[in-house]
Amino acid sequence: MARIELDGIRHAYLPDPKADSDWALKELNMQWRDGGAYALLGPSGCGKTTLLNIASGLIRPTLGRIRFDDRDVTDVGAEARNIAQVFQFPVVYDTMTVRDNLAFPLRNRGVAEAEIAKRVGETLTMLDLNGLASRKARRLTADQKQKISLGRGMVRADVAAILFDEPLTVIDPLMKWELRSQLKLLHRRFGHTMIYVTHDQTEALTFADTVVVMFEGEVVQTGTPEELFERPKHTFVGYFIGSPGMNVLPVAIDGGAVRLGKHKLAISPVKTGNLTGKLELGIRPEYVRFDPNGLPIRIASVEDIGRRKIVRGRIDGNDIVLIARENEEIPASARVAFERGRAGLYADSWRIETKG
Amino acid sequence: MDKVWNNRAWFMVLPVLILVAFNAVVPLMTVVNYSVQDTFGDNIFFFEGARWFRDVVDSDRFHAAFGRQLLFSATILAIELPLGVAIALTMPRGGFWASLCLVLMALPLLIPWNVVGAMWNIFALPDIGLLGYGLNYLGIRYNFTNQIGAAWFTVILMDVWHWTSLVVLLAYAGLRSIDDAYYRAAQIDGASRWAVFRFIQLPKMKRVLTIAVLLRFMDSFMVYTEPFVLTGGGPGNATTFLSIDLVKAALGEFNLGIAAAMSIIYFLMTLLVSWLFYTLMTRGEEQ
Amino acid sequence: MSTLELRNVSKAVSGESHISNVTLRLERGSLNVLLGPTLSGKTSLMRLMAGLDQPSSGTVHFDGVDVTGVPVRRRNVAMVYQQFVNYPALTVFENIASPLRVAGRSQGEIDKAVREAATLLKLEPYLDRTPLNLSGGQQQRTAIARALVKGAGLVLLDEPLANLDYKLREELRAELPKVFARSGAIFVYATTEPSEALLLGGNTATLREGRVTQFGPTVEVYRHPVDIETARTFADPPLNTAMAKKIGKKVVLSTGEAIAVPGHLGAAPDGTCTIGFHPHHLSVAGKAAKRDCLGAKVLVTEITGSESFVHLQHGDDRWILLAEGVRVYEPESEVRIQLDTRHLMAFDGAGRSLVPGKAA
Repeated sequence: MARIELDGIRHAYLPDPKADSDWALKELNMQWRDGGAYALLGPSGCGKTTLLNIASGLIRPTLGRIRFDDRDVTDVGAEARNIAQVFQFPVVYDTMTVRDNLAFPLRNRGVAEAEIAKRVGETLTMLDLNGLASRKARRLTADQKQKISLGRGMVRADVAAILFDEPLTVIDPLMKWELRSQLKLLHRRFGHTMIYVTHDQTEALTFADTVVVMFEGEVVQTGTPEELFERPKHTFVGYFIGSPGMNVLPVAIDGGAVRLGKHKLAISPVKTGNLTGKLELGIRPEYVRFDPNGLPIRIASVEDIGRRKIVRGRIDGNDIVLIARENEEIPASARVAFERGRAGLYADSWRIETKG
Repeated sequence: MDKVWNNRAWFMVLPVLILVAFNAVVPLMTVVNYSVQDTFGDNIFFFEGARWFRDVVDSDRFHAAFGRQLLFSATILAIELPLGVAIALTMPRGGFWASLCLVLMALPLLIPWNVVGAMWNIFALPDIGLLGYGLNYLGIRYNFTNQIGAAWFTVILMDVWHWTSLVVLLAYAGLRSIDDAYYRAAQIDGASRWAVFRFIQLPKMKRVLTIAVLLRFMDSFMVYTEPFVLTGGGPGNATTFLSIDLVKAALGEFNLGIAAAMSIIYFLMTLLVSWLFYTLMTRGEEQ
Repeated sequence: MSTLELRNVSKAVSGESHISNVTLRLERGSLNVLLGPTLSGKTSLMRLMAGLDQPSSGTVHFDGVDVTGVPVRRRNVAMVYQQFVNYPALTVFENIASPLRVAGRSQGEIDKAVREAATLLKLEPYLDRTPLNLSGGQQQRTAIARALVKGAGLVLLDEPLANLDYKLREELRAELPKVFARSGAIFVYATTEPSEALLLGGNTATLREGRVTQFGPTVEVYRHPVDIETARTFADPPLNTAMAKKIGKKVVLSTGEAIAVPGHLGAAPDGTCTIGFHPHHLSVAGKAAKRDCLGAKVLVTEITGSESFVHLQHGDDRWILLAEGVRVYEPESEVRIQLDTRHLMAFDGAGRSLVPGKAA
């Protein structure tokens, strides 16, 4: 287990980067504590996989240094950094049995056979693979193969960190649940430093203690799943996390209070002076409720998805989405209100302080 | 079963059928005909039954040619396959140099086979050929026209030069299809270069290599033009392979019965080996 | 095209059955989801509908006419694949126009139809670009536009959003039902994700191992599955199940705990059965709760910010409980949970639903 420090990391795939857009990763400074579970969350092209490969040593960063426990490893290759990586699609050595697959990293490092047998046995039990130990790896299902990939990382007692690159991509929805909870249990029990890259917010939020939201090579916000959900610092984070994402409604300041269309709201910014640029209100669909004293909404559609209903409508021409419960009645002429303290104000897409 | 059959397409195959009938089926039947008959000329034939077949199978000459043929094919495979794979492993993965290498590799395959034979004939001549003269200059007594060892050496060298490129191209295609993630995983697992080859590259190239083995075996088993132009089957009959022997018997000695019987046996052997390889290949795929 | 019918269609390949005895009737203007795990036969079934494959037995009918032997070229079908299939050398405009050019329409008609499709799928600013210069979402929109512009009576989509990022998937999925409704064709959409089926609406056919276990309006199939397989296929998070015994007005679990039989199961026969319920029908019991309470041990909790998934061990079963908000429970701790039996499902030994009136 190790603490990983990223110091001034910048990376470009082109040999001669000039413009900002040539850089895949713009200036990054991060610390991943020993034993933490981190998720790098963002859309395709945001740089999360690049960052992961820099951490594992498969890519050398154009600028910046990486340290594992105060040891500078920027120029050290992947095998010497002692990390393990699980890739998007299952990588197993087809011709070997499951047992040999797990033993492979240890054999390459010259570990004694007796020690290998012990570690492999433990890892097989940990991952519930004992029944398959003597089978050829080629014949297994995708989720079993991913477990083997994971096992090759865990079998090494001194592994500094385990890195995951969208590992559940080819796994069926049902098996995803099992693998995810197993990963969490394993992290709980063994406390490896784990870094998980994904574009799926459910995977990121359920797995990590700390989520790093990235966009176009930069970190937008870092925080716990709860923080990111309740207080997104940027409208992008509000949009990206939550299904459906946060409602972003254009508003204006009217005599110190916030006005949505024709309606004044009970929320106001702390500093009213110098508020230039686009002003928006962010409220999550989960916190928009039917309220007979609220703002009138014209309902466009109701989607019944089993455990909840997604109601889409318009308030004064602005699209809004709210979530209703499974057995909840949708009133004919509806009015909605925003739960106290749950809305945020955004100036030029960045959150500003509010009261009320 | 309610399948709807449309048989009109068979008419499109008719011209090809007629062509194949004339060029292949009829001559094949003629050969079968000859293989069970004897003639003294004047188009008078006597039915002989299986006599020619027994003669062929019992003849020392046939056994010798067959033995030589097997030795040749085995040597060819043993050299060309590892060499081809090794060259493919060193070729660059992409970009300008990769294209250049591919073109260079393809060149020997483009040369007509009798030209290849003629080229090497001159190349290996001890008095005027670069190879022949060079080897003799270095003190090695080399003359493929009257030394059995030298003749074999030259025939094999020529075939390796001519056909290794095919194995290289096939192996290269197989290697390119391996996803990068495998190499990265191996790097992280600390695998040595040899381990990467043995556990990742070789298994993933299995299908492609099976095709390469099949093609090279078939071609080398049927080889005729290049050795014939190079050595004429000599010195003596040192490099007289099955097909060369066959032609000698048929055209040289005008012993149609024996030649026809040999042809049929040759054909059946080739068929058997092809079928074996095909079964192995498809069974491997189902797994 | 008004109707697509499959009558007793089966397909076997080298001894293995890919599709067994499927009978379906799809109506004009409907969106039909094929839901099932990988290798359950979704793609095979779609290929049979399109005419890319011939069934080993059974017939395919368009508007009552047997088209089983008709090749795909002549069937007026369009297909969208998982892998954003576009002509790489043509611009977006040309890509969308290609089926019309093949049909020999006039330039004016082509222009109008392409611009309409592009507007519908939000592609106007990209008409001059080639597919390689587009994002994944835009490439797939191009493929969908090309499928729609053809005016085909049957449009098949094989997991079209599977290769897209989570958020792009969400966006496109919200737009698709409106896009489909305008076209009036029969849409068939294959997916492995139950939530996608629910979000799209329409009808759903659940598939498992080449068989269609149930077909009907999506919410119907979700709430009233005819057998346990359908219930499992349609559950995300996974269905919670337990072996139990119905004795009169009580259902007794293997741990000895008993819950009251809900009204809709009152007429079910006594005896062993399997009960099934969704994770959101479980809640952590408040102090005052007395009815239908069970004990369980917490294994691990997953938090998504708005919801928490609590993984529990109850006797021999692993259950998932879905709670609103952020709830943290210590692993290995015991909790009391309450079961909302209003939508409780029960299945007999053969897996068939015990809810009267909904048996297969």
